[in-house]
Amino acid sequence: MSIVVKIEEKLYQNRYIVDESRPHIQIRNDAVCKSCESQACTVCCPAACYSKNETGSVTLATDGCLECGTCRVVCQDKENIQWDYPRGGYGISYKFG
Amino acid sequence: MVEKFDAIVIGAGPSGNAAAYTLAKQGLSVLQLERGEYPGAKNVQGGIMYAAELEKIIPDFREDCPTERHIIEQRIWLLGDDNYIGTNYRSEAFNSEKPNRYTIIRANIDKWFSEKIREAGGLQICETTVTELIRDASGKVIGVRTDREGGEIHADVVIMADGVNALLARRTGFQQELAPQNVALAVKEILFIDPELIQQRFGLKDEEGVVIEIMGKVTKGMVGTAFLYTNKESLTIGIGCLISDFKEGAIPPYKMLEDLKNHPVIKPLIEGAEMKEYAAHMIPEGGYKAVPQLYGDGWMVVGDAAHFNNAAHREGSNLAMASGRMAAETVIELKQAGKPFNAANLAAYKKKLDDSFIMKDLKKYRNLPGIMHENKQFFGAYPDTLTAAAHSWFTVDSVDKKTKEKEIMKSFVKKRSIMGLVGDAIKLVRAVR
Repeated sequence: MSIVVKIEEKLYQNRYIVDESRPHIQIRNDAVCKSCESQACTVCCPAACYSKNETGSVTLATDGCLECGTCRVVCQDKENIQWDYPRGGYGISYKFG
Repeated sequence: MVEKFDAIVIGAGPSGNAAAYTLAKQGLSVLQLERGEYPGAKNVQGGIMYAAELEKIIPDFREDCPTERHIIEQRIWLLGDDNYIGTNYRSEAFNSEKPNRYTIIRANIDKWFSEKIREAGGLQICETTVTELIRDASGKVIGVRTDREGGEIHADVVIMADGVNALLARRTGFQQELAPQNVALAVKEILFIDPELIQQRFGLKDEEGVVIEIMGKVTKGMVGTAFLYTNKESLTIGIGCLISDFKEGAIPPYKMLEDLKNHPVIKPLIEGAEMKEYAAHMIPEGGYKAVPQLYGDGWMVVGDAAHFNNAAHREGSNLAMASGRMAAETVIELKQAGKPFNAANLAAYKKKLDDSFIMKDLKKYRNLPGIMHENKQFFGAYPDTLTAAAHSWFTVDSVDKKTKEKEIMKSFVKKRSIMGLVGDAIKLVRAVR
């Protein structure tokens, strides 16, 4: 089965209160991502917030983040993700959950 | 001056709500802090709600609790590539006056529960993230710091109901980091559809509901399960696998969900429905052996944050509500006896848990998570052989039944060998005994 999935279309249905220019997750050290063989965050993140970039490293865009914590768990051996909850009231706001 | 409460509850999910309500109902001063825009804004559940534990907290909840459908039929399906083999149980007896299980839309329940807490006199503040536990010189937790200005608040006891990530407990050193093999990632969608179509497709009337728990090829050999639940005017469909497996595989979770939605067995059931929300959440799956320290000087941890989830039975929110209630009852008892909230006295919470279904059930299945993790054939080889066997058995042709039996047996042995089959059976029996 080869079905094309557009994650943007899924995320578009969600309500977000974006905390402009205050990302709640940050990559600590770009070089660590570059040397990371699996870059598992780029596959595991359910909102596709992480993507491989042209320098061989990983780009993070937290706007679509669902705050699940998966990236925090997959990157714990490298400890290269600084993970916090967004400020109170910001981030994903599930209507149904 | 810093404000002080009898208890602070962090989080407005099932465990936090159960704790805050129980405390407020007994007249204790309780502050509940929730980081979401409103109660439920950060919460995700399949979801099925089991009545028994909510009934213990709010006996007449059925009067106004916004449940979806009561469940009259449970299906368990093993999906192959284009087929399924399964078992259904349906009974009119489930149409009782006080049904035992309901499908729910989580945000609706959380809002309703919060209203009850406020009516009982509890103070709930949303849009407030707790950033830190405040401890005195001896290490005792005496309050919390939040991201609001002047956000320091004190309490005799802090109940952490902050969910599976349990950031506060981990950062304070009360818990270790979640191991990838002890936690699943689940993604789900809510699909709105004409209720008449739901009733036609699942053979239901009025408020009756069906739930389908799914295993098989849809998890691509990873340890995981999927589900399809009927709500009043919507269906929820989701799939989840262990994070250790997602980490090794190359399939993003949303792709797995899309493949499930397009599976030939599932597609006709959801055809024509409109997707209104996409959600993701982690589920604690490590079981008994992954349960962390549950209390200490001035603190307790409840619900998902305490790793209370019975993966084998798909139970989580009832363990959450029960643990929240037990934590609150411990506080009430100590308060009435005039005893301090130190670790020695809060050990009474652990005793309550040990004496209840929570720890008894988790203990019963303590070896199951490890066995599933190390024996992927339950998720890869078995679905294929079982559906092939069913296909052969139900295809009427000129092959005699004895030959069919032999062929089916051979196909099992080919996949797993006799010793493999026997070993798997022993492992499963040991894991669930």
